[in-house]
Amino acid sequence: MLRYLLSRLLTFVPTFFGVTLISFAFIRVLPGDPIIVMAGERGLSEERYQELVRQYGFDKSVFQQYVDYLGGVLQGDLGASFVTKKPVWDEFFSLFPATLELSICAMIFAVALGIPAGVIAAVNRGKLPDRLFMSSALVGYSMPIFWWALLLIILFSGMLGWTPVSGRMSLMYFFEPVTGFMLIDSLLSGQEGAFRSAVSHLILPTIVLGTIPLAVIARQTRSAMLEVLGEDYIRTARAKGLSPARVNGVHALRNALIPVVTVIGLMVGTLLAGAILTETIFSWPGIGKWMVDSIFRRDYPVVQGGLLLIASMVMIVNLTVDVLYGLINPKIRRR
Amino acid sequence: MTATAPAQTPANGVERPGRFKEFYHYFSENRGAVFGLWIFAGFVFVAAFAPWLAPYDPAEQFRDFTLIPPAWQEGGNWAFPLGTDPLGRDMLSRLLTGARYSFFVGVVVVTVSATGGIIIGLISAFAPKWLDAIIMRVMDIILAFPSLLLALVLVAILGPSLTNAMIAIAIVAQPHYVRLTRASALGELQKDYVTSARVVGAGLPRLMFLTVLPNCLAPIIVQAALSFSTAILDAAALGFLGMGAQPPTPEWGTMLAEAREFILRAWWVVTFPGLAILITVLSINLMGDGLRDALDPKLKRS
Amino acid sequence: MSLLEVRNLTVEFATSAGQFRAVEGVDVTLDKGEVLAIVGESGSGKSVSMLAVMGLLPWTATITADRMAFEGRDLREITPAERRKIIGKDIAMIFQEPMSSLNPCFTVGFQIKEALRQHLGLDRKARHNRAIELFEQVGIPAPEKRLNVFPHQMSGGMNQRVMIAMAIACNPKVLIADEPTTALDVTIQAQILDLLLELREKNGMALALITHDMGVVAETAERVAVHYAGQKVEEQPVAGLFGRPYHPYTAALLAALPERATSRILPTIPGVVPGQFDRPAGCLFAPRCAHASAICQTRPPLPRGADEGHARCHTPLLPDGKTVAAPIEEVSQ
Repeated sequence: MLRYLLSRLLTFVPTFFGVTLISFAFIRVLPGDPIIVMAGERGLSEERYQELVRQYGFDKSVFQQYVDYLGGVLQGDLGASFVTKKPVWDEFFSLFPATLELSICAMIFAVALGIPAGVIAAVNRGKLPDRLFMSSALVGYSMPIFWWALLLIILFSGMLGWTPVSGRMSLMYFFEPVTGFMLIDSLLSGQEGAFRSAVSHLILPTIVLGTIPLAVIARQTRSAMLEVLGEDYIRTARAKGLSPARVNGVHALRNALIPVVTVIGLMVGTLLAGAILTETIFSWPGIGKWMVDSIFRRDYPVVQGGLLLIASMVMIVNLTVDVLYGLINPKIRRR
Repeated sequence: MTATAPAQTPANGVERPGRFKEFYHYFSENRGAVFGLWIFAGFVFVAAFAPWLAPYDPAEQFRDFTLIPPAWQEGGNWAFPLGTDPLGRDMLSRLLTGARYSFFVGVVVVTVSATGGIIIGLISAFAPKWLDAIIMRVMDIILAFPSLLLALVLVAILGPSLTNAMIAIAIVAQPHYVRLTRASALGELQKDYVTSARVVGAGLPRLMFLTVLPNCLAPIIVQAALSFSTAILDAAALGFLGMGAQPPTPEWGTMLAEAREFILRAWWVVTFPGLAILITVLSINLMGDGLRDALDPKLKRS
Repeated sequence: MSLLEVRNLTVEFATSAGQFRAVEGVDVTLDKGEVLAIVGESGSGKSVSMLAVMGLLPWTATITADRMAFEGRDLREITPAERRKIIGKDIAMIFQEPMSSLNPCFTVGFQIKEALRQHLGLDRKARHNRAIELFEQVGIPAPEKRLNVFPHQMSGGMNQRVMIAMAIACNPKVLIADEPTTALDVTIQAQILDLLLELREKNGMALALITHDMGVVAETAERVAVHYAGQKVEEQPVAGLFGRPYHPYTAALLAALPERATSRILPTIPGVVPGQFDRPAGCLFAPRCAHASAICQTRPPLPRGADEGHARCHTPLLPDGKTVAAPIEEVSQ
């Protein structure tokens, strides 16, 4: 197990350097001079221009620039935003909890509905629940989520007036962030109605972001269950006279979860891609919206740093999934 | 010919279409897949003949008829069956023309990413270990970025346009083909027929493309269907974010972006483009499922 | 009254090419404490008929029978919940592949205690003690330690012992053993068989042993049923069967035993068991039978009386291994 972990870590290192290389190269292949772009409409005096060139190290060789950049990255220095002048690192971590909160809620939504749906579909293979769940899953899987978000807004915000259209919290409430999670902070603040407001702001983004994971999990659970249900040990479990609920829910599901958990873990990338769209539509102040805004504002240090942080996060999660896979699969754990 | 020969000819004649027939047998067993195939055929038809099917030029603005609801609703006008958008352009004409862009995106992305991915994947499978390791690490790196984010950044570098969006999506889709091709090629390389082809003295290109590749095609075809639909979705998402096709192009995602501010006033300008995307993607995914069932011998029922 | 009584059992599977009949008109009778061996080639339907009794066939199977009773209660007429009270408690089964028949995600201790909890309602402590007792009974060394072990950490022989311990956990009245030794080493085979016979001795349970190994049959069984292509072609007490087989298939099986070989070349049965698409119109064994006559090709034979080993044959063998040409009354029709 330890060896397995080490070998996984070893492939992580070159990939990480590759990611730094890509995010470094990004700013260099941009059309135009980044400093001119940064200066914007106002223009720059010659001295100011030279000063900025020196400040950002553009007078050095490309190799030297990369070494400096890498040194900065390893010390946690990702540069500062052109627009707000705040360090990218700080901006990322002040916005990250919003994305994390939304992603966790979306995953809970997807897992809580997807796994039971997959199990029920597999157990009733070919019958009505199977057809119903699997055709819904295919629709969800094919859904352009930005459109889905607009539809939900039309229905729940426009026609029914149940949910707000944007943001994380009604402007009526204000409190200092403690954890960064609105659901927790609103409870801590003790203000009446704040928690309700946080929940009502979360519902639509959660559904939108959770739809594709839900569909994928339901489909994956079904196919994993179908495979497992044909195994000899399921026959053994049934031969013990166990109830179908126990055979399916304990013996089969425990084995079927192994590939499902892998799929869930590997969905972090999908989730972040979805967060870009979801956060943009619902004006959710998370890193997805931050990245899109920065791309439009040509705030290159932010795009560069954000790319690196997001890619590192995806890699770390994938690594964790591998380890977790070992934990839930005893065949790997005790080898 | 002797008397026995004619008896053999039909037997051999049946042998070849048998494979396709078997494929279609399994494919058509999945009714959803056949349904998807028909819808997709309709989509291709619309894409091909959009200029002749559309009642108006998609860019033509009827200033007196802005935001007309669909014909069956109150205030609708049969001159514009699906209504008009805020600039008075005919929704139906724009939707029909939009099919061309989506189809084009799908075809280009799948062709480019599959060709590149298959070649790189085969090279990786046949290459010495160090080269294989480098290629696979590079693919890991690309896969570490969420696809839509990488595509967004690439488009930001290249400048927003449909062509650049397609290039970006193709680059992002490529690693999946590389991994898939490499994995199935490595599986095939173990088998005896490859060894015997080697012993006979087949050259490397022949070995790669004529001996091994045809036997790896099944999962690649399924992946192609999958990435066709993903490409349409991603291109629409980029268009929606303003980084894909630019207005006034009647691309479905771009149309949605233009219609956003009207969502509470005119449901049809939002609903129809999205519905068009959903139906197209759904039909391709239905087909993809059918393809997988028909091509994957592991899932074939006895 | 027999413990287990099955009459005219037929099992069909729905395949993409139509219905496939895996078991046809099979009778099984099992009395208390008896050892019945069911022999036949692979695909002769011997496992399927027992799985049908257990109710373990997949959803593609259609089961029909005139009677399928355990202790006088027809298993098909009681509710699934009631049936589950019998399955695993009074009727238990051991499978062919010990390695894949245990759930890889749970410890063997969990899996055996689960059976105890399901049927006996013992508390935690009692389950633990009983599990250890069972492991000792089936000869697993260091039972306390082994309870916390996953199936893949043990050998096939040990896993099969776990399977047996699990099957006998609730003192079943009938134990069905489906080729319990096929996947194991020869040395372990004998140990497992001895174990099964010992348990039957001690607990007075009936044992149905499915096997294709005539050697095993000779050593363990009291009564033998021979299956061919889904049908029972002969049934006799073991001594009678080895001494005087009536069905040509049984005779051929016995002749193929190395111990009985008379020449240097071991006799084999030419051909293969008929499949879904080449099922003969008459006797299913006719295409491979050395004694087949015209009637065998066209008319399926019915089982004969007990005095002729219930043989499904138009022309049962005479003691010298020859046949009567063809029964007169059937030719005249």
